[in-house]
Amino acid sequence: MIDRGYYGEFGGAFLPEILVATFDELVEEFQKAKNDPSFWEEYTEIMSTYSCRPTPLTFAENLTKHFGGARIYIKREDLNHTGAHKANNVMGQGLLVKRMGKTRVIAETGAGQHGGATATMAAKFGFKCTIYMGEVDVERQRPNVFWMERLGAEVIPVREGTRILKDAINEAFRDWVTNMDNTHYVLGTACGPHPFPEMVSYFQSIIGTEARKQILDREGRLPTRVYACVGGGSNAMGIFSGFFDDPVELVGVEAAGRGLNSGQHATRLSSKDASIGVAQGYKTYFLQDQDGQMKETHSVAAGLDYVGVSPILSNLRESGRVRFEAATDREVVDALSLTIKKEGLIPALESAHAFVQVFKEAPTLSKDDIILINQSGRGDKDIFTVADAFADPGWQEFIKKKAEGYRHA
Amino acid sequence: MLESYLRTRLKEKEILLMTHIVLGYPTFEDSFKIIEAMVEAGVDIMELQIPFSEPIADGPVILHANQKSLAGGATVQKCLDFAQEVAQAFDISFLFMSYYNILFKYGVDRFASETAKRGLQGAIVPDLPPEEGQTYLRAMQEHNLAPIFIFSPTTPDDRMEYLASFGRGFIYCVARKGVTGADTTFSEQLDSYLARCRKATDLPLALGFGVKEKRDIDFLKGKVDIAVIGSQTIRLVEKEGVGVVGSFIKKLR
Ligand SMILES: Cc1ncc(COP(=O)(O)O)c(C=O)c1O
Repeated sequence: MIDRGYYGEFGGAFLPEILVATFDELVEEFQKAKNDPSFWEEYTEIMSTYSCRPTPLTFAENLTKHFGGARIYIKREDLNHTGAHKANNVMGQGLLVKRMGKTRVIAETGAGQHGGATATMAAKFGFKCTIYMGEVDVERQRPNVFWMERLGAEVIPVREGTRILKDAINEAFRDWVTNMDNTHYVLGTACGPHPFPEMVSYFQSIIGTEARKQILDREGRLPTRVYACVGGGSNAMGIFSGFFDDPVELVGVEAAGRGLNSGQHATRLSSKDASIGVAQGYKTYFLQDQDGQMKETHSVAAGLDYVGVSPILSNLRESGRVRFEAATDREVVDALSLTIKKEGLIPALESAHAFVQVFKEAPTLSKDDIILINQSGRGDKDIFTVADAFADPGWQEFIKKKAEGYRHA
Repeated sequence: MLESYLRTRLKEKEILLMTHIVLGYPTFEDSFKIIEAMVEAGVDIMELQIPFSEPIADGPVILHANQKSLAGGATVQKCLDFAQEVAQAFDISFLFMSYYNILFKYGVDRFASETAKRGLQGAIVPDLPPEEGQTYLRAMQEHNLAPIFIFSPTTPDDRMEYLASFGRGFIYCVARKGVTGADTTFSEQLDSYLARCRKATDLPLALGFGVKEKRDIDFLKGKVDIAVIGSQTIRLVEKEGVGVVGSFIKKLR
């Protein structure tokens, strides 16, 4: 193994022997790309012509007035092509796949955003594509499954284990150990064995670099606090990385699901329920029992519904550099509702977790303070879940009619 | 010592048989009966897998056995107690097989000490390369246990030598890419891989992944020291019950 990527005691590369050579190749190719200035140029070029980079920074004037405290800014990752920050990582890895000469990509997906971005990249670059998605997530993010299939990807519902994101990751690894000769596994978040946490954070750092410059241009000073939701941790790492060396407080918001005391949540860093372990090839905080068996997790947001978390964030928690909080399903739906009404923005359920914490803290800050939220994605994909949360009668009527129509099709 | 045990047996047999079971699957009573039948049928060494919720290197057959064993209430403590019982009852070598998190959460030193105390000879931990296994290697050595390392067809020669320098007992060569349970073609291609394995170490060689019938084992005679049967016995137990295990094993060699 060339190197293993540790962040304090977290990270590493706990690989089955069959994958060691594949990871060595990836580590080497990534190092080469990083040292080649034309690679980042090629990357930013494609992100500005195929996606919408730099994404804008929006001043949330109405929310700011509503809470009467800090000035609230929103970094608009929802305006990326395919609707989330996931595109940043996927296009970067896609360029690496081209360099490695591989012809097939596979990915796991929870919310379907990473799967959709990967299927899109594969269509553009001419790769074959297989997406693994837990059966539970296939159900709750069906619109994204439809688009992945239209984009030419094969979507495989995973029926093992808890049938969500972690199980999709296991299945992607099982595919990879068989097909590594022509296949690259586009891992979607800052987790997994080295070099994934570093590599995914590297591509996502484009968010923080832009946001720092934008807020300085606009306000002439740094924000007091920066907020991001935390699933595996890639959008958080992306925006935080712009401010690591600044006197700025960084706040990661996890999914408290049905409440921290319900046992049905996905808080690894903001509750005492998680402990350090090794699974899916890396060492971090996991929601697991005493024996080390992974527990079932829950969140209304499929993209945050995961047992592990970026080893880099685990280390930043230990050092105190990042503060971690949690938002319940209920709070998330309320925050989403308010954001839609006040600003005309529809954050993804994942992103709405960050908004919850901002709404709790903004009123306690002064009008001189600036708050920055990363809106990691847009909420269109959540139409079924959100319609259910609002028990929208018009929508239910529409679905019934639609189903009736298919009955005779 | 595991290696001397194997060498003694190799004086009498052309090839040794290692089998694999998932502890607590379908139940602990069945696990005991399966082991009893296997020992009686002449198996030389057994891997006892402590189930884990995320067995990333295993295919569907062993994955489901892991899940069902856990759903049936298997715990690490029960597995340790059970292993002690069989190690006392049967006169062959037993190894633990599990994923690193099981050892890590139990405490790596404590795990090694319990493994030795309960009369097992070593362990296979497929997601723990030596680079990540310093604590494990030290603990295994201290308790005179064999850490079994794995060669794969994608392992370069120099890495085989590196891995062998940490291995004790024998080296486990996986026959092909992929997870456990899929088919393997036993052909000339395997020969050049096995020749590379042989060159890299003086330790006995075991070959596993896809071994399921007498023909496969005949092919391996003279090429490796141990043939490993994994998913096939689990499949058999699922289809035909515990009763057929003995006759299946007897027909293999
Ligand atoms: C819109 C959106 N935000 C956030 C996440 C969570 O991932 P991460 O923590 O890696 O940013 C996802 C994952 O699917 C997502 O789709």
